Amino acid sequence: MSVMMNTSRRNLLRGVMGGAAVTVGLPFLDCFLNTNGTALASGAPLPTAFSTFFWGCGLNPGRWEPAKTGAGYDMNIETAALAPFKSRINTISGMKVFLDGKGARPHFTGEMAILTGDVPREQPNYASLDSIVADTIGTRTRFRSLEVTGTGKATDSLSRRSASVTNPAEISPAALYTRVFGADFRDPNSADFKPDPRVMVRRSVLSGVTEQREALLKQVGANDRQRLDEYFTAVRQLEQQLDLQLQKPEPLAACSPSAQPTDAEIGTEIDSVVANHKLFAQILAHAVACDQTHVTNIVFGEATSPLRKAGTAMTHHIYTHEEPMDPKLGYQPNATYFMGRIVESLAFYLATLDSIKEGDHTLLDRTMMLAHSETGFAKIHALENIPMFICGGCNGKMKTGQHLKLDGEPVTRVGLTIQQSLGVPVEAWGTMSLNTSKPLSELMV
Amino acid sequence: MVMLNKPARVFGALGFAAAIALVGCGQKDDAPPTKGGPVSLRRLTEPEYRQIIADVFGTTIKVPGRFQPDTRDNGLIAVGTSRESVAGTGFEQYDLTARGIAAQVIDDAHRATLIPCTPANAKEKDDACATQFIARTGRLLFRRPLTKDELANQVKDAGDTATKLGNFYSGIELSVAGMLVSPQFLFRQEASVADSDNAGQRKLDAYSKASRLSFFLWDTSPDLDLLDAAEKGELDTDAGIAKQVDRMVTSPRLAGGVRAFFSDMLGFDGFAALQKDPTIYPKYGSAVAVDAQEQTLRTVADLLVTNNGDYRDIFTTRKTYLTRLLGSVYAVPVAVPTGWESHTYPEGDPRAGILTQVSFVALHSHPGRSSPTIRGKALREVFLCQKVPDPPGNVNFALVQDTKNPAFHTARARLGAHINQPTCAGCHKIMDPVGLAMENFDSAGGFRSTENSSPIVTSGEIDGMKFDDVLGFTKVIHDHPQAPVCLVNRIYAFGTGRASSKDEAEWLNYQVKQFAASGYKVPELMRRIASSKAFYRISTPGTEANNASLSMAGTGSQKEATK
Repeated sequence: MSVMMNTSRRNLLRGVMGGAAVTVGLPFLDCFLNTNGTALASGAPLPTAFSTFFWGCGLNPGRWEPAKTGAGYDMNIETAALAPFKSRINTISGMKVFLDGKGARPHFTGEMAILTGDVPREQPNYASLDSIVADTIGTRTRFRSLEVTGTGKATDSLSRRSASVTNPAEISPAALYTRVFGADFRDPNSADFKPDPRVMVRRSVLSGVTEQREALLKQVGANDRQRLDEYFTAVRQLEQQLDLQLQKPEPLAACSPSAQPTDAEIGTEIDSVVANHKLFAQILAHAVACDQTHVTNIVFGEATSPLRKAGTAMTHHIYTHEEPMDPKLGYQPNATYFMGRIVESLAFYLATLDSIKEGDHTLLDRTMMLAHSETGFAKIHALENIPMFICGGCNGKMKTGQHLKLDGEPVTRVGLTIQQSLGVPVEAWGTMSLNTSKPLSELMV
Repeated sequence: MVMLNKPARVFGALGFAAAIALVGCGQKDDAPPTKGGPVSLRRLTEPEYRQIIADVFGTTIKVPGRFQPDTRDNGLIAVGTSRESVAGTGFEQYDLTARGIAAQVIDDAHRATLIPCTPANAKEKDDACATQFIARTGRLLFRRPLTKDELANQVKDAGDTATKLGNFYSGIELSVAGMLVSPQFLFRQEASVADSDNAGQRKLDAYSKASRLSFFLWDTSPDLDLLDAAEKGELDTDAGIAKQVDRMVTSPRLAGGVRAFFSDMLGFDGFAALQKDPTIYPKYGSAVAVDAQEQTLRTVADLLVTNNGDYRDIFTTRKTYLTRLLGSVYAVPVAVPTGWESHTYPEGDPRAGILTQVSFVALHSHPGRSSPTIRGKALREVFLCQKVPDPPGNVNFALVQDTKNPAFHTARARLGAHINQPTCAGCHKIMDPVGLAMENFDSAGGFRSTENSSPIVTSGEIDGMKFDDVLGFTKVIHDHPQAPVCLVNRIYAFGTGRASSKDEAEWLNYQVKQFAASGYKVPELMRRIASSKAFYRISTPGTEANNASLSMAGTGSQKEATK
């Protein structure tokens, strides 16, 4: 398509009002340089999708790590539900978080180390892994990323663009569905396409805002300049969404949005959380299949896992600390019940992605998903042997089906490996002892 | 404690009168000097946004959509706003909300009242009418007059839209939606000027002063009167500020500011995600959560603003307000079928003060049971401004358990296990005794005297002060010397949007003494802060209004202040 350099608001308005063609006045954006549509039409491979799946309070040591290392391993008891996908799952055990003399903040330190490469003393200091990845693989879609949390709090999102911007999560599947597949969704397989003049008006409003960027940034100090710039980045993302609505999307055979869902009760009761997770999994999978986003983040339950059975006073988190170890079983049965539900839910998500056929492959084949918790043994807030899995076929960008036992190695090696395999130009990642320049060479292709 | 209390009683009346006279005459501020803080850039909070829309466009305008969640820093969302920005998702929501509001502003029900003129022809543009509307509305939304260019651009765009769509009001709609997503509206951007009275020092410019004042005292953006005062240069003098402060502190709208402050300090945003197990606590629900917050805010506003009472009495007052729904939780008959009813608990009733209300005990509990540790931590952090350290990593919780006797009947028995362990006791001994005093209240705020059929003991000791039961406990908190100190610090941080700096310690101590001398009157404290030089003083070469140049010198201390 032709690209015009003039981004002025006045031009846009004239374009709208004159009922001009779609291309008139569309600003110069990255997405038009090499659109996915073109790439797809030309037969290029479908883009890699990145995803995270987080849960709180870990798994039981000794019950989730495979016995065998390398390829061809078998799942252990607590991860048995993942067995159907084991050839497309890398299990990583033994890794740890280094504190460098800083205090551990239980259930917070682990997730920060894995996702930001840093152990913050107070507030997080850096962007999260998914945001870094999204800046490389997610810039050409309607949504840079989509976040959900299963236990009812939008602020439990672990996705952050910077120290000052958290990407808040959707807590309601119905709301997520409306956001992605509601009135603003352009079905790529729809035969007729007409740009909506209302969208062009909205687009012109945003141009009016972005035109002031330079002047406003000059008025504030460096810290605040960064914050204002983040605001303008957010405006640009919405502009980009609108621009995509003004173009005819390329057809995508696998795109068939599910019907508008009805939420289960939003909260912490485990059956409802699982029911909502299933809805989230389907919506997010379809959002990727319809090329609305390349990056999706699921917090199944926040780190101090509030999951509970109806009518009981105890939560998963409290069980991990207060429930006695069953002397015969060798683990805490009530806490372990929740771990089982979590792993089953992860398996459901993988199965959902695998159910979406794209030619000879499935959506799972082009997905790279980091599934992880924040502690190796919740009972003692252990920062060693934290369960981490890289699930999916990774679109061929990583070897799959391996068990890596990496005792005492920094968790940041996983994040570095993911970034490098997805084309993020980064040599080393992490702060202090978490800094590493060693990707997991066993997985690199 | 005794040291602070006695002088307060002796000098109470005198100190109060003297303070009024001092400020009322616009005389010299004799508080210790401070260096001030950085200019701030604060994102509007959700309550502020909603209040502004109600003030500018009226209460019949609905504010649709969700908001990017606010975050808390140094105990306050007001401080968190100084480090917040806007995420892509958050901006999507602002856009949705702005379009929803703009559509209402021009709808048939509102255009006649909200748009001060009628276009000559509603199907065409009318620059004069658009100018009138945009200049007036823009001034209220941007908290300053629009610049010439801003106004001209807005009018031009509104005109173009009107011409092409054949509708004057579509142009107005576009303008409103645009202003509501603009950074000038969503962020409170302050600017500083040289302080002509004090060579080498800086202070906020007049419009930034107006905003600080208005958000601090009324929790909303400046009204026309205050903007006029800024425009006329009246806020450049102590007397001019004193006049506005006087108007605002004596207005009924002060209650709005006091409620906003307490809602922030008490962490009521936490209710949005608070859950209780419906099987265990069938009476708790979202309606109870809403009423519980309102109960506490009414209790506080009635005591502190309407009756100009002693701040410390919020911990002991027997007077409160109830709805019938809350009556069912508290087991108190409420006569009115809808709305609120004043209620005074009898002497000796364990419900006294806001610590015994649902809004505190339920907010700081697990979904299925109470938590003395969480409550103790909350009381220390919220009301005494003390930081409770985080637990260490790799703790062996086996210490807390006795696997042979797993059934500890009461929380005191369960927690007793780890309070006797040196690794845990250090922190738990400062949290648990405080929380155990409130164990008569279950996770949803209901009263109980036993847990698992064992009697609940609520006696204890805090910071060397002993008590026998929850009423004794509330009196101890009432007399705790740290409580008023904490309030003064918090309310100052609420107004300035930052934690106080070290060099302000002496000034804050002075304010604490004045607060005590006034009989712990919160409106008087707010008046004194809002009238002080410290409140407007800027520490670094910040930005000039409409001045593009900026030295980088300010950034170091800005970082310092946000640590």
